[in-house]
Amino acid sequence: MLKLLKYALYDILKSRFAIIYTVFLALVAISIYQVSDDLSKVSLSLMNIMIMVVPLISAVFATTHFYNNLEFVELMLAQPVKRSQVFLSQLLAVILMLSLSILIGFGLPMLLWGADSSLITLLAVGMILSAVFTGFAFLASVMTRDKAKAIGISLALWIYFSLVYDGFVLYIIYSFADYPLEKATLGLVMLNPVDLGRILMLMQLDISALMGYTGAFFKQFFSSGIGMLVILMVLSIWLVVPIGLSGRIFKKKDF
Amino acid sequence: MISVNSISKKFGRQEVLKDFTLSFDKGNSYAIMGPNGSGKTTLIKSILGMVLPDSGEILVKGRSIKGKEDYRKDVGYMPQIGRYPQNMKIGQLFSMMKDMRPEIREYDLDLVEAFELEKIKEKTMGTLSGGTTQKVSAALAFLFNPEVLVLDEPTAGLDPIAAETLKSKIRKEREAGKLILITSHILSDLEELTNQAIYIFEGEVFFNDSIESLKEMTSEEKFSPAIAKLMQWTLKKKSTTKVLTHA
Amino acid sequence: MSANLRIFWFLLIGLFSYMEGFSAVIRISPGQSIQKAVDGASAGDTLRIASGVYQQSGIVIRKPLVLIGENHPVLDGQMKGNILIIAAERVTIQGFKIINTGKSNMDDSAAIKFFDSKNCVVKDNILENAFFGLHFSNSSGMTISGNQIHSNALREFEVGNGIHLWKCKDSFITNNKVSGHRDGIYLEFVTNTEAVENLVQKNMRYGLHFMFSHDNSYIRNTFKNNGAGVAVMYTKNVLMKENRFEENWGSSAYGILLKDISDSEIVGNIFLKNTIGIYMEGSSRIEFTGNTFQQNGWALKLMASCDQNTFKANNFTQNTFDMSSNGSVVLNTITENYWDKYEGYDLNKDLIGDVPYRPINLYSVIVEKIPAAVMLWRSFMVTLLDRMEKILPTMTPDQMIDQSPKMKPYDFG
Repeated sequence: MLKLLKYALYDILKSRFAIIYTVFLALVAISIYQVSDDLSKVSLSLMNIMIMVVPLISAVFATTHFYNNLEFVELMLAQPVKRSQVFLSQLLAVILMLSLSILIGFGLPMLLWGADSSLITLLAVGMILSAVFTGFAFLASVMTRDKAKAIGISLALWIYFSLVYDGFVLYIIYSFADYPLEKATLGLVMLNPVDLGRILMLMQLDISALMGYTGAFFKQFFSSGIGMLVILMVLSIWLVVPIGLSGRIFKKKDF
Repeated sequence: MISVNSISKKFGRQEVLKDFTLSFDKGNSYAIMGPNGSGKTTLIKSILGMVLPDSGEILVKGRSIKGKEDYRKDVGYMPQIGRYPQNMKIGQLFSMMKDMRPEIREYDLDLVEAFELEKIKEKTMGTLSGGTTQKVSAALAFLFNPEVLVLDEPTAGLDPIAAETLKSKIRKEREAGKLILITSHILSDLEELTNQAIYIFEGEVFFNDSIESLKEMTSEEKFSPAIAKLMQWTLKKKSTTKVLTHA
Repeated sequence: MSANLRIFWFLLIGLFSYMEGFSAVIRISPGQSIQKAVDGASAGDTLRIASGVYQQSGIVIRKPLVLIGENHPVLDGQMKGNILIIAAERVTIQGFKIINTGKSNMDDSAAIKFFDSKNCVVKDNILENAFFGLHFSNSSGMTISGNQIHSNALREFEVGNGIHLWKCKDSFITNNKVSGHRDGIYLEFVTNTEAVENLVQKNMRYGLHFMFSHDNSYIRNTFKNNGAGVAVMYTKNVLMKENRFEENWGSSAYGILLKDISDSEIVGNIFLKNTIGIYMEGSSRIEFTGNTFQQNGWALKLMASCDQNTFKANNFTQNTFDMSSNGSVVLNTITENYWDKYEGYDLNKDLIGDVPYRPINLYSVIVEKIPAAVMLWRSFMVTLLDRMEKILPTMTPDQMIDQSPKMKPYDFG
């Protein structure tokens, strides 16, 4: 497994995409640092990149990568290695590459010009969302034999989670505005990994506003470690379930 | 060595293999033929474990291959078109393949030397021509001295000299008692390299015997006309069948 | 102070120093009754109480006396009623540790309680586990300084206020630390009083709470992490200057809640990490200048019938929402503030933005109606909505505009 991962990683880290992506992130981070007067403005601007652009690029790249590597995967499957190992090595290589790009592209400017806890949270959120959307992309890829269709599914998932879903939640709470909806909203937000990443950031940037909720429940949830723990747990479900599902399909898939 | 016991495989509604039974014995070289979409690729991929049959079983050395991967240590596979990670060097590809079979220490370097791959081991796969990539695929298939060789259109894309080198290597291995499965559209190659002919038609074995008996049966002296006759028969037999589709 | 008053004070001090000459110093050590010593002393005497534990309560003082604790002798009320009760002039209580008052709402048990007193000093005492800490009524000229007042009560109804003044005037409250009480500092019908450099934190309800208390000033105090922040009501002519209002978090927690306050000045304060920095209702003619609003959920909430207030030259940075309003607010002036959310430009380089800033954004209007919606803040969907609103304002009130937003934050030092 580690051997397969080593070679898969070696290949993907030298790809033109990895370099372009890292440079792109670094340029974005550098320009944001240049125009912002303080760290909180930096994290606000970077946050939009992290929760919008990073999932999009992760989803599209992971899908494309899966299909571009399909013949090689077939060759691997003809070798004496377990299917699950082939699958995981491919998946982990993509996740590690995307995470490393974020870590270098955003991390180096942070080392140079400073970071606060919200920026460090942001790095983590970016890496988690990359992993989650890679999982989605692999699921889409193993579900269909058609590359265009798989990219379509990945894009649809991205649009759904970063835009449509929030609109849907907003519509619901608008329609039921007369009821106490705080807990329901929190529950609904749990059903979207992008929102979870965003809430982790809100807990850094807007804790004062979040504390405006009525009740000890929210005070506990947002200000103690409990909320973060719950969110990370739900995020790991969002990570593990699509990956597990696509792994199962991959195991039974014909190549 | 390998026995395929009544396997069936459907892709969607299309039944690609129908209760398919065959066995391959050591020391023989099999030409696997059939029109496009007849199921020969599916058969090969089933043996390699890339396609999982809906029913039936495949035994290699008497053991079912279902859920197993170890048996592939003894199988060398040369794909029709090898595609490799673009940024990997030839040398790395070889060490990766070796890493996947850590218990095999002795390598068959005949083709590596014949194709002079050592000289270009620093080149990345993405920069290689189609022919050179095929040379790499061929060299990898033979590298571990496997008991079974599965060769999918082995000479396609190779220059004549390389093709000859490969063919003589195949002959050498056959004489050494290996089991060899070859699919090819180049009938002359098949005639040269194989002693058994298998003709698959619409997911079923239409012919399976030695090349001699094929010639005898069709009362042709040469291989190509014999195959041509076989094809005509299949069409007569299934005069009402649908047009053969491309897979 | 008028000239007459000054002469009066001069004479009074002269008289004191004359009397000091005759005043005795009485020493009290553990085991002795403080009440007896008080009864035996003459006006102007000094009682020096040696360090140790005195399990005494209900000590009544009705004449001018100076009580000085040496190394903080402990007056332990053993949960019975008040500990010191004073109704006199020129009493000094200094250097005691006073603990365990009764817990009764009926008599408002306090560690030290003053009635109808004048010109007294309460200084450098440590109060622990008192129901009320310092309780003053109908008194004037009180100096309350350097006391540390702390309660461990768990619930709001189990504890009274730290420093409580009712119907008092001309007093000075400085350098005290109050924590764990219901209200840290509570003033009702208190006038012409100053609270300076007090540290009031972690009280159950309000850090500072006053009503009908005109002409007072609050300077350089810190109100931090109190249950509901600071709430002030029904008062005119208040000066709040250079105070810090920090970390007041909760559904109804405010840096300051201003209700029916008018003709006042709120200058140079820092509002940091409050759910709501300032919440205003029915308040008029208040000048807000030089304040810093940072990392609040809502820097300002202006509610019904706030008019003629001026917000000038304040810094608004890193707040989730700069301002919100329930819509019926008119005739307030917002000008020359720095807003870190301002995205305009300054072509003529006068450091004033060329396009106005709207501190109320669309989403804060929505959140005002549906609090649960906060959880969608900063989502792409919501950012999109907000952008659209900025280009084509439809829902946000257009009278709330800063016509001359600053390009750079003010440096308030």
